[in-house]
Amino acid sequence: MAFISVFNVLGPEMIGPSSSHTAGACSIALLAQQMADSPITDVEFTLYNSFAQTYKGHGTDLALLGGVMGFSTDDRRIPNAFSIARERGISYKFIEADPDPDIHPNTVDIHITCSKGRSYTVRGESLGGGKMRISRINHIDVDFSGEYSTLIIVHYDRPGVLAHITGCLSKKNVNIAFMKLFRETKGDIAYSIIEFDGTLPEDAEAQISQNPNVQDVIFIPIQRRS
Amino acid sequence: MDFKNAQELLELCKKENCPISSIMKKRECILSETTEEAITAQMDHSLKIMRESVAAPIQSPKKSIGGLIGGEAQLIDQHRRSGNSICGSVLSRAIAYSMAVLETNTTMGLIVAAPTAGSSGVLPGLLLALQEEYHLSDTVVIDALFNAGAIGYLAMRNATVAGAVGGCQAEVGVASAMAASAAVELMGGTPEQCLHAAVSVLMNFLGLVCDPIGGLVECPCQGRNAAGVAVALTGAELALSGVKQLIPFDEMLQTMYQVGRQIPPGLRETALGGCAATPAGKKLGCSICHK
Repeated sequence: MAFISVFNVLGPEMIGPSSSHTAGACSIALLAQQMADSPITDVEFTLYNSFAQTYKGHGTDLALLGGVMGFSTDDRRIPNAFSIARERGISYKFIEADPDPDIHPNTVDIHITCSKGRSYTVRGESLGGGKMRISRINHIDVDFSGEYSTLIIVHYDRPGVLAHITGCLSKKNVNIAFMKLFRETKGDIAYSIIEFDGTLPEDAEAQISQNPNVQDVIFIPIQRRS
Repeated sequence: MDFKNAQELLELCKKENCPISSIMKKRECILSETTEEAITAQMDHSLKIMRESVAAPIQSPKKSIGGLIGGEAQLIDQHRRSGNSICGSVLSRAIAYSMAVLETNTTMGLIVAAPTAGSSGVLPGLLLALQEEYHLSDTVVIDALFNAGAIGYLAMRNATVAGAVGGCQAEVGVASAMAASAAVELMGGTPEQCLHAAVSVLMNFLGLVCDPIGGLVECPCQGRNAAGVAVALTGAELALSGVKQLIPFDEMLQTMYQVGRQIPPGLRETALGGCAATPAGKKLGCSICHK
């Protein structure tokens, strides 16, 4: 979806009141919850700048929590997200960070803990008009939008890992749109993020995981276009 | 089939001898690799949401999250029904409908951003009022929405629709330009007339600042959606009467974008200037943030 669709102009279909503070926030959380490996038990949101200052009047908190529970931007359950989360036994917390001009005005860190123990933090930025990007996973700066199917591979930064990954994808006839490798220090943990058209063939994840340097493979299907 | 600007759009309309909506539909089918049935069904879904977002606040109004608006659409509807409207039926309906959508939006109801949430009332307000007044089918209203989409796409591609970047002229201004163009096609005008209507709207909203009280999408947003309908209807009336604009659409859009970037940051969705900075606005803004 690299072009401006008529449904980007007339859309998103969304629970109000703000495409950036409500719909965009929901989309970030919706994407973040797709990295969970088991039911989410605990979530903590750290809000920055404009998000921190105006979240109550924009329902940003409800949209974020709704997104974490898998609600998309047009889900009428969003206004009841607090009570639904309590029913589902999800504990949630909102933290207002001090203003920081170096961070995008509409930024949230979502720290998710799953029942099987996977625990991770995703940073998202709401860019306006419902658009957003993920700018950090745990402590690594990344950059992707969820506008394509996305594969996140956590691996050691060693020679040959990328060749292995692209080899697996090439055998499965996956057409890569964008591919980036993000790392903090040489030789340490790195994130390869691959955005591609279509969906991921069934056993591609398992094949990629076979390389001993690969720690984790997370597949995020394309976000439903609304 | 893609077009980068209004000039190319007009050339395509001329070559194919068809309205703007047809070009936009063809473009969508090709670029998203789908069928006309699929996109028509999706737009029909959007139209249904628009209709619901208009109806609910007129029947049973609620106070907005920020508490600044709620109940205005019902008042206007009652005023029209009592026979006292000074605008006449089309405009009075369109004003009420556009304000209703903003009420739905600010009570966490479901709306279609068009092109943004803060400007989501103008397009459904005007089109649904015209549909009722002139007994038009959903099929032609859906076509009008594709027409509006073409204008909005050009604004997103070549300028901006974000209040934080271009002020309210980029939000309500563009929404109204979309509505004016759509209304012209809906009422039988030519593609050229659609663009004349859109130009007249952009011209009349040039420089409008974005200054929401308390930073919320409530006031002055709701009233500006109503004003947007009136400016769009005026632009459409001019165009359908044969009045031509002196500035081409692409140039008008560029100047809107440039003016937008010259608007001081305090008047671009920061709640630091304009209505938000009046003593009343500050007081109301404060009461919201302490909620």
